[in-house]
Amino acid sequence: MAFESLASRLQGAFDKLRGRGKIDETAVNEAMREVRLALLEADVNFKVVKEFIARVKERAVGQEVLKSLTPGQMVIKIVNEELTALMGGDVAKIAVANRPPTVVMMVGLQGAGKTTSTGKLAKHLQKQNRKPLLVAADIYRPAAIKQLQVLGEQIKAPVFSLGDQVSPVEIARQAIEHAKENHLDYVLIDTAGRLHIDEALMEELRQVREVAKPDEILLVVDAMTGQDAVNVAESFNQQLELTGVVLTKLDGDTRGGAALSVKAVTGKPIKFAAMGEKLDALEPFHPDRMASRILGMGDVLSLIEKAQEAVDTEKAKQMERQMRQGEFTFDMFLDSMQQMRNLGPLEDILGMLPGMNKLKGNMKVDEKQIGRVEAIVKSMTKAERANPDLLNASRRKRIAAGSGTSIQEVNRFIKQFEDMKKMMKQFTGMTDKIKKKQKKGGLKMPGMNFPFNFKPPFK
Amino acid sequence: MSFFSKLREAIVQKSEAVTQKFTDGLTKTRNLLVEKVEDLVRRYKKIDEDFFEELEEILITADVGVGTVMELIDELRGEVRRQKIENALDLQPILSEKLVALLKNEEADATSLQLEDGRLNVILFVGVNGVGKTTTIGKMAHMFKQQGKKVLLAAGDTFRAAAIEQLEVWGERVGVDVIKHQQGADPAAVIYDALQAAKSRGVDILLCDTAGRLQNKVNLMEELNKVYRVVQREVPGAPHEVLLVLDATTGQNALSQAKTFGQSAGVTGIVLTKLDGTAKGGIVIAIRNELKIPVKYVGLGERMDDLQPFDPEQFVHALFAGLIAEEAAETAKQQQE
Repeated sequence: MAFESLASRLQGAFDKLRGRGKIDETAVNEAMREVRLALLEADVNFKVVKEFIARVKERAVGQEVLKSLTPGQMVIKIVNEELTALMGGDVAKIAVANRPPTVVMMVGLQGAGKTTSTGKLAKHLQKQNRKPLLVAADIYRPAAIKQLQVLGEQIKAPVFSLGDQVSPVEIARQAIEHAKENHLDYVLIDTAGRLHIDEALMEELRQVREVAKPDEILLVVDAMTGQDAVNVAESFNQQLELTGVVLTKLDGDTRGGAALSVKAVTGKPIKFAAMGEKLDALEPFHPDRMASRILGMGDVLSLIEKAQEAVDTEKAKQMERQMRQGEFTFDMFLDSMQQMRNLGPLEDILGMLPGMNKLKGNMKVDEKQIGRVEAIVKSMTKAERANPDLLNASRRKRIAAGSGTSIQEVNRFIKQFEDMKKMMKQFTGMTDKIKKKQKKGGLKMPGMNFPFNFKPPFK
Repeated sequence: MSFFSKLREAIVQKSEAVTQKFTDGLTKTRNLLVEKVEDLVRRYKKIDEDFFEELEEILITADVGVGTVMELIDELRGEVRRQKIENALDLQPILSEKLVALLKNEEADATSLQLEDGRLNVILFVGVNGVGKTTTIGKMAHMFKQQGKKVLLAAGDTFRAAAIEQLEVWGERVGVDVIKHQQGADPAAVIYDALQAAKSRGVDILLCDTAGRLQNKVNLMEELNKVYRVVQREVPGAPHEVLLVLDATTGQNALSQAKTFGQSAGVTGIVLTKLDGTAKGGIVIAIRNELKIPVKYVGLGERMDDLQPFDPEQFVHALFAGLIAEEAAETAKQQQE
């Protein structure tokens, strides 16, 4: 998509005005227009945008921006702060009833992902040693009950169903009885998708609520929803008094401005975000990170978290030690590359880096290219991997044949590898020198460790 | 004859019932878009920057894509300068005409499906999760069945829990066979089997379901591309239609969807679903304008016969029903005088 990140848009707006000397209120206005467009492009509702802009402008026209040397940066900072404030500060938790079972109702439009989210939520609760009961109250959509049953089977959670001839109200009542008898502490009611303007079906939900007395009513919202998200959320909230929101399909490439709209009009926290097709892909929602995503500023925090999960620290340390001694082999290269791949598809990772969203459009990350490099390395003998100098012409020819690539490709990769090795040596040389100086008692540079963040050499 | 009267005349010849459905289904879009434009035009006597800004906002609120809106506004600015328009009221017809032009297809028959009698017609359905692919297939199977066609369904969604069962229920309701494998099977293999079955049974139309997938999942898009290739290989000239099913509530992301699915599966048309409840429909204009993919069908309700061929004139009529009525009243008045 041709989405420009807000950051670069703002920069552009100020660049245009640079030649004019002083940056004044007109410049701020111009910048606000860019902010407005960026938010609208991210599907934030225009009413929400309007109020938001008014607030940011008030702060921006104040002294802090006009006096700042980098007004663009300053405005971005203010926007980010305000956005985070609007999204709500902390990570919200799911309710626990004083007397079990805790009843949770899932509501929303058709196709928002209620049934799948119900399954994911059950899995999430199981991880916390809870015993959830899934209740199939969607009696309208063909095979909706079956879908919940399949999900229940996959996560080994009981599913309560009375077929599609019994009213959802009765299903809910009996389900709660069933949960009490069987000592299940969470009851997750999966309701049928409905339009917020469908009087009859909304009345049915109200009746279910009367009977079930839920501790949580979660509105399931598709993150790709456009301007209409506000109407949907507002009307569900008015008629049912929601307690929270689940945002689904966030693993797509949408900016997810709907999140902001929903939060702004209902005031209810977004409790969970669904980030993938697998059943454990339901995560607690982090408001601050969403703010960055809407702005197109990347999600560095999530990236770091992912890295911590995926990277084997022991291995990394060992590699660091070896590299300090100026050693860098193909095996090490392969290891580090695999660790990077553990983080997930490269494209996802790049998307989390600030400013990368803009590049993503033009730059197609070629996972195959990585596969090819891997094949080349794997076609080498152990001796060759440990000692690159062995690689003469005939060996290269064999490697090309073995990996299904051409000699040119093998040559290019080996060249890149050599370059990388040289660079490493320079790095280690530098750090060593600094260390020697430190020993002599001159310079003190705490925290100056070997910069272990090299990247594979292809773009 | 004014533009609107022409449009009205074109509509009159079409069936009342369908027009009613469009008008009902699009009430919200109309209220949102048209009434706001009217209100705006009345409030602003003179055309200035604020006027354009507010107009921009109205269009964006209807989910008409940001890029398209900018283009439109620029064109309007040009018109205002060229024709020296000062009164906002004079700008209104120009705006309406431009919107209609955006929606109208260059070729008249571009909205109808490319189906031919006497051969196997293959229609592939693609889209992100939860847009209503399976439901659309059910409705469409019903439609073709009504027309006396021999229809076969292929349960190509082997991923989502109970998706196959969902299609089977539709098959039973409509009275059509469903070719299926078990959950987790290779969708391309299911489609392959369905194609063979369709050939040997002498089927007129084969409707292929696929699993919903987000367009940024490279692997899943590759899988879809494989399905597409299998269809291409097995039946020359197929798939005759690849329909992208799009949820009308979707915002700007719909553009990205249309683009990516277009690349992987050669989308030939769009089915816009869930148009009955919500304010949108504007994204159609953006997609039409930026990607040149025509909308072929719209889902206007929950019942089996609520899938209607998309008719730009009907759509515009529904969008501008208020305006047309007003103009008709005015003309009548003038004639009386």
